Amino acid sequence: MGHRTALYPAHLQAGAKIVDFSGWDMPIHYGSQVEEHHAVRRRWGMFDVSHMTVVDVEGAGAREYLRYLLANDVARLGKVGKALYSGLLNEQGGVLDDLIVYRMDEAERRYRVIVNCATREKDLAWLGRVAEGYSVELRERDDLAMLAVQGPEAMAGLQQLLPAPLAEAATRLENFQGAQDGDWFAARTGYTGEAGMEILLPAAAVASLWERLLEAGCRPCGLGARDTLRLEAGMNLYGQDMDDSVTPLESNMGWSVAWEPADRAFIGRPALEAQKAAGSHARLVGVVLAAKGVLRAHQRIQLDGGLPDGELTSGSWSPTLGCAIGLARVPAGAGDSCHVEIRGKLLPARLVRPNFVRFGESQIAIPAAG
Amino acid sequence: MSATPEDLKYTESHEWISVSHDGTAVVGITDHAQDLLGDIVHVELPEVGAEFAASEEAAVVESVKAASDVYAPVGCEVIAINEALEDNPELVNSDPYGDGWFFKIRLAEDAEPEKLMSAQDYADSCADEEAED
Repeated sequence: MGHRTALYPAHLQAGAKIVDFSGWDMPIHYGSQVEEHHAVRRRWGMFDVSHMTVVDVEGAGAREYLRYLLANDVARLGKVGKALYSGLLNEQGGVLDDLIVYRMDEAERRYRVIVNCATREKDLAWLGRVAEGYSVELRERDDLAMLAVQGPEAMAGLQQLLPAPLAEAATRLENFQGAQDGDWFAARTGYTGEAGMEILLPAAAVASLWERLLEAGCRPCGLGARDTLRLEAGMNLYGQDMDDSVTPLESNMGWSVAWEPADRAFIGRPALEAQKAAGSHARLVGVVLAAKGVLRAHQRIQLDGGLPDGELTSGSWSPTLGCAIGLARVPAGAGDSCHVEIRGKLLPARLVRPNFVRFGESQIAIPAAG
Repeated sequence: MSATPEDLKYTESHEWISVSHDGTAVVGITDHAQDLLGDIVHVELPEVGAEFAASEEAAVVESVKAASDVYAPVGCEVIAINEALEDNPELVNSDPYGDGWFFKIRLAEDAEPEKLMSAQDYADSCADEEAED
């Protein structure tokens, strides 16, 4: 038996098929992954993401600590509640994890960091080690549960269900901003490419919120739909699309590296600057299969022009687009067209910007053969 | 436990076969198999005329989750394929023993479909498999 979230009984009640996910017993689906996927694109759905690791960073040195720890710059968080995405890098620029950090107060002494579950121990050790030179306290919040409510109807639906102060604050939030009410925190973030919120709340309160969401017609969605939704949105999955053997520049995370101000030191900066200056690094791109079939991680990509092979890092069938899509790491100089080897056959595919679906709408041309 | 029609024969790798008196048969995957795979999004069928030994890979079924091989239950030659699966692979989920069939075969002379599992044996073996999880 693995770790279980406070919602485990509710998952069984909802007919979940439970699988092991990095030591946690989590729902993979509740009957049909594809129907759950469509629910989020067309209406709304909810995901138990309580297995993720929440760390509160507090103290007079919190801001300077995070500015050194992260490739993105928390000084850019101009308002209370604002969030940014960042890589957590080692000295070689390798991606130890990707995370979201929220600014929690006016004085910039309190931040909240949410990292992956599979990397929890490694991350906590790293955060603790770097914190040694700073006036900062780290507190893991395993007393909190986390629910992601996503889809075009999510914001309106949550208006009726959040505690009044949060519901009221939610109407004024920008994208990538959250609001706090006691131990509740609700932010306009997510991992699906749809509108919606991620809600942190005391574990003892989550079953009741889940129940009310169910009554309001919000569909329970498992890790399966979470994966196809994030892939359509072109979002990376740690451990699959990137890890500590590659840098943000090789992982479509270059946009999250804050190069300015140039005098801000952060872990991995010299290595990234050298790589950027050399300019010949691999890239993580989107792939659309222009034939029948399904893309899968580790399939070989054959490029035109005698370039070395690329490799799929994620692949699946896109329920929204009705064709196979994936993410792939390809060498510098790769053009738009390529072939993917599937069971010994070379099938035609296109390389695209890794952003396939946003707010229910296709962002790419769908291949006729798909 | 999912439905297991009495009049079919089954393999440990979750194929079913429906044998006719004229030496032909229809092959598909079981309800249990489609349930394990989840939403099926692509089926790769053999060529008509292809010949297979028993337990040889004959087709591939892909769900959102993963790809799985489908094996010839007996030695055979493929005489027809279910072309409807090309555009509607989800028929394997909705009607695994009917419209979701994979291919029709002519049995090889030495084929012994009678040695495959009965519905009861197959249901028992699936129950054992689940108990091991």
